[in-house]
Amino acid sequence: MSIICAQNISFRYANKPVINDVSFTLDEARIVAVIGPNGSGKTTLLKILNATLFPNTGQMFIERRDTRHWSRQEIAQTVAIVPQESPAIFSFFAEEIVMMGRFPHLQSWAFENKKDYRIAHEAMTKTDSLSFAHCRFNELSTGERQRVLIARALAQEPKILLLDESTVFLDLKHQAQFLSLLRELNREQHLTVIFVTHDVNLAAQNADQILLLYSGEKYAIGTPADVLTAQNIKEVYDVDVGIDQNPYDGSTRVTLLT
Amino acid sequence: MLQISALLLLLFVMLSLAALCLGAIHIAPSDVVRAIVCALSGQMSAPSEEELILFSVRLPRILFAGIVGASLSLGGVVFQALLRNPLADPYVLGISGGSALGAIIGIVLGASSLYLGVPFLAFSGALITVFLVFIVAGGPRGVLLDNSLLLAGVVVNSFFSAAILFALSIVNSMELHSISFWLMGDLSRVALKEIAVAALCLVACCAILCMQARKLNLMVQGEETALQLGVNVRATKYILLIVTSLITSVAVSLAGIIGFVGIMVPHMMRLVFGSDHRLLMPAAALFGASFLVVADTLARIVIAPAELPVGVITALCGAPYFIFLMRRKGRD
Repeated sequence: MSIICAQNISFRYANKPVINDVSFTLDEARIVAVIGPNGSGKTTLLKILNATLFPNTGQMFIERRDTRHWSRQEIAQTVAIVPQESPAIFSFFAEEIVMMGRFPHLQSWAFENKKDYRIAHEAMTKTDSLSFAHCRFNELSTGERQRVLIARALAQEPKILLLDESTVFLDLKHQAQFLSLLRELNREQHLTVIFVTHDVNLAAQNADQILLLYSGEKYAIGTPADVLTAQNIKEVYDVDVGIDQNPYDGSTRVTLLT
Repeated sequence: MLQISALLLLLFVMLSLAALCLGAIHIAPSDVVRAIVCALSGQMSAPSEEELILFSVRLPRILFAGIVGASLSLGGVVFQALLRNPLADPYVLGISGGSALGAIIGIVLGASSLYLGVPFLAFSGALITVFLVFIVAGGPRGVLLDNSLLLAGVVVNSFFSAAILFALSIVNSMELHSISFWLMGDLSRVALKEIAVAALCLVACCAILCMQARKLNLMVQGEETALQLGVNVRATKYILLIVTSLITSVAVSLAGIIGFVGIMVPHMMRLVFGSDHRLLMPAAALFGASFLVVADTLARIVIAPAELPVGVITALCGAPYFIFLMRRKGRD
């Protein structure tokens, strides 16, 4: 069943078009990678997906309902995003940051109860961030902050998880942990994952589907093998690549030829 | 949270009792307690001179100091969080400049003789200024942008400072005295009726603000983050800005411009209790009340029987304490 459906969406900042007549449908419980050169509209697409931006023309449907008709709280219960960075002005504890993910599930004046603490702590265990629950968020390293933000998104208990370059600051061990966590959540809780990345091989290894954007337009969508062809990449990125099969997991492998 | 609030409330009550004893005429604590017990149990005989001082001079003033201190501290907490700027204070949207100009116009035109003439003009000045700042800072599609809010506030404030300096250079010396007292904050000239209005306003606004505390925690993380986590950012921002401007304006119009409380108390409370606004807001309100009561008592007794403007005391004690806290935190 389709959980996300974009119908001819276009978006422009002031007079600069960013997304131009993009349509696609994504099924539930898929892992989807969004790739494309800088400025191709990837992050904007994520913002339209979580209804912080609305398309100027066209419609974005989540669970067959136009995002314009969702309340903020309903959206936050369904879609969570892990941003690239989060500014920290006043110091909060990492645990408090994760607990903010419980906001859409609570009355605005209520204090969190035991269940909320349990969910937050589980999320922190999954991202290996429980050890610094009582550290100040702004004193953590970038990678540690990233893990806290991932835990916050998990604490929202979303059906759709959006990731904006979330693996960039993670070390190898935590990248591996995080990717297997995503697959586990996808398999067991039918979480739909949409991640933006510049790493085409990461996309090829982990995604069921790849959406390739090129200057605001949908250039291709399909399985990694269909989308990641030498010709597509030459046209979109203007680089020469060699394509073969990864001997370890059989996924498509892209090698830069320089 | 409740325990901490209760402790701070106790602190406020104790300090208020101490403040009742102190003054140009010293009244023994036992007499104060006896007078209060008598008054509460309704056994008021003909009031003695001491009781008169207690109930018609000191008590209203102490209550008023508490209300103003709480309002300004709460205003500081909200503006710092909302504008995500640790240097914001309750006057950041130009409320000080606007109300000062209103008050000065009132004093020069002789509104002092009218009941509530000067406070009314100061209040109008404050609200008009906030409105102006909103219009100046309004971005496309009615979005209020943080930086333009700050900038607009600074610009409007400095414009009004010029107007105030101009007014100061043309008034006579009697008016100059009352204007300068107003500009430095003065808690001495207020009647019970105004205190009741200010108290009601504070309680109502405080309740509304505390209801938004969780949302404010999320707003501090950035507006986009708050939006993603399910906060209706635009509505929340307008509610917070309007309610906070309102309590600040009420406090300023009755008490004049008392500096430092609104920027310092929130920081002190953050250093002690952390950044969760559900705790921070009640704590700042209660501690701000205690702080201003102490400052005003000092203002009354330092050069008794003459008095200092309370703003002098808040700045004199506030700045060094603030530096101490900052240095201590830096060492940890």
